[in-house]
Amino acid sequence: MSEEQIKYLKEKAREIRKLTLKMIGQLGVGHVGGSLSIADLLSVLYFAVMNIDPAKPGLENRDRFILSKGHGGPALYATLALKGYFAVDELETLNRGNTSLPSHCDMKLTTGIDMTAGSLGQGLSAAVGMAIAAQLDSLPCNIYTVIGDGESQEGQIWEAAMLAANRRLDHLIAFVDYNQMQIDGYTQDVNGLEPLDQKWRAFGWSVQLIDGHDLEQILAAIKKAQTEKSKPSMIILKTIKGKGAYFAEGKLASHNMPVSEGQWKKAIERLDSVEEEGE
Amino acid sequence: MSGQEVRDIYVEGLIELAEKDERIILLEADLMTAAKTVSFKNRFPDRLINVGVAEANMIGVAAGLSAMGKIPFTHTFTPFATRRCFDQIFISIAYSDLNVKMMGSDPGVSAELNGGTHMSFEDVGIMRNIPEMVIYEPVDGNQLKKALPQILEHKGPVYLRMIRKYSENVINEDIAFKLGMASTLVEGSDATIFASGLMVRNSLEATAELKEEGIKVRLVNMHTIKPIDQEAVRKAARETGAIVTAENHNIINGLGSAVAEILVENDPVPMKRIGVKDHFGEVGTKEFLMEKYGMTARDIAKAVREVIKRK
Repeated sequence: MSEEQIKYLKEKAREIRKLTLKMIGQLGVGHVGGSLSIADLLSVLYFAVMNIDPAKPGLENRDRFILSKGHGGPALYATLALKGYFAVDELETLNRGNTSLPSHCDMKLTTGIDMTAGSLGQGLSAAVGMAIAAQLDSLPCNIYTVIGDGESQEGQIWEAAMLAANRRLDHLIAFVDYNQMQIDGYTQDVNGLEPLDQKWRAFGWSVQLIDGHDLEQILAAIKKAQTEKSKPSMIILKTIKGKGAYFAEGKLASHNMPVSEGQWKKAIERLDSVEEEGE
Repeated sequence: MSGQEVRDIYVEGLIELAEKDERIILLEADLMTAAKTVSFKNRFPDRLINVGVAEANMIGVAAGLSAMGKIPFTHTFTPFATRRCFDQIFISIAYSDLNVKMMGSDPGVSAELNGGTHMSFEDVGIMRNIPEMVIYEPVDGNQLKKALPQILEHKGPVYLRMIRKYSENVINEDIAFKLGMASTLVEGSDATIFASGLMVRNSLEATAELKEEGIKVRLVNMHTIKPIDQEAVRKAARETGAIVTAENHNIINGLGSAVAEILVENDPVPMKRIGVKDHFGEVGTKEFLMEKYGMTARDIAKAVREVIKRK
């Protein structure tokens, strides 16, 4: 990856974070932690990887993206607005009455959302269904999906995992946002997932374990997954919940937290100052 | 007797539709043999996906297929088709407005020797809770044959509550069928029976029995339980003044409740519900169970006499 591309994707990730903080901040409460932890992945997927056209959101051959951990909606809305699916101003309507941007992703309401999610454990099954449809019709598209680590405690995830491998869905590329935190505490304390990579391997998937905030690693892992033959791919992203917001980063309380005006504005200033320093 | 079991007609009908409509995909959860859909698989090897014993995943996969433009027909036994994966149906299909057809086989007492674990008297109630869900229960194979193209044509989720093995033809095959529109089988003015599925046969017997006593009973086949044909119910209340419902289901939350809701808000007339009186199922032949649970033609006739007396 060229330095220029890295700079571009870093800038997009920063903008996703800023818009996410602003829209949740203006509302005063929201899923800060699990939105910010996937900002870097969304930057790579939407600005370097996915074959999509905001002017033709229904294109048959497009790549699909399912945010199975639907509560990360705000980060995805920020990404879609930046990509041009709808106006950035619309982000201010998040979770307000009659909005097209509800807390959890809704394919009926939002242009660019490929699948409704929010009741955890269901998005991966839908991704498997999409991948089967693409296989049947020989569509040249990839199906991408992000599941949560807490979500991985749902049995349906493993039902879907088994079927995906048995049907050799090599154009299915899934990610776990492994920030190791869930509502009630550290994942390890609530109902641990380790050894998570071995579990996915045992289910017949091609598995990579990477730093989920390293744009180069994310892009390289996706490129590798795209060349995989006969196996679905799981990319486990080691992430930090609330990454990039000083008041939320690494904090258990960041799942769904109140955000004051002072907090979100200061957090955005800090993201901007990092930009000026050139990191 | 048609000689053909309902499941044979189901799979033949789907093969016929699938020849013309490439969007049709069948999903099974290790009950392909029970539904005899193996002949569909032989005809279209890629278009029947057996997900194994994983009903929740089957529903999610169907949602994904539908989001890509396919029209999936899922199948498992009624309890597993509804209560086992209610949230998946609710969110991934109905709330997402995806066009998936869900067939549940062996409803109510027709689960027979599989017994209480497999005997659903609650599936219609479960599905009635879901906005925009269509619930259809064929009375026999002939009617199912006419219903399948209409189910396919309807854009949106449909729950098909289907008897599987029986081959008896209950109603005249010339009777027109329209999904969502109640079908009057016998005209009458003293009372009306609204019946669905297996109970249509018992209701026909009851109607004949009452006719001998000079009681003229209207019999309406309420094959579409949701959206229910409100006008048929209101008309029957106005014209006959007494209603009996007959369903192979708990009398709570099923056809009886649906009819009662319309009556009580619009045309309160004497009414009685025949069906399972809020208890679990058990092993037994359907004849044994109907006798034990008070669902025979005799029970229906008795209920009709009672509501007429209460007029």
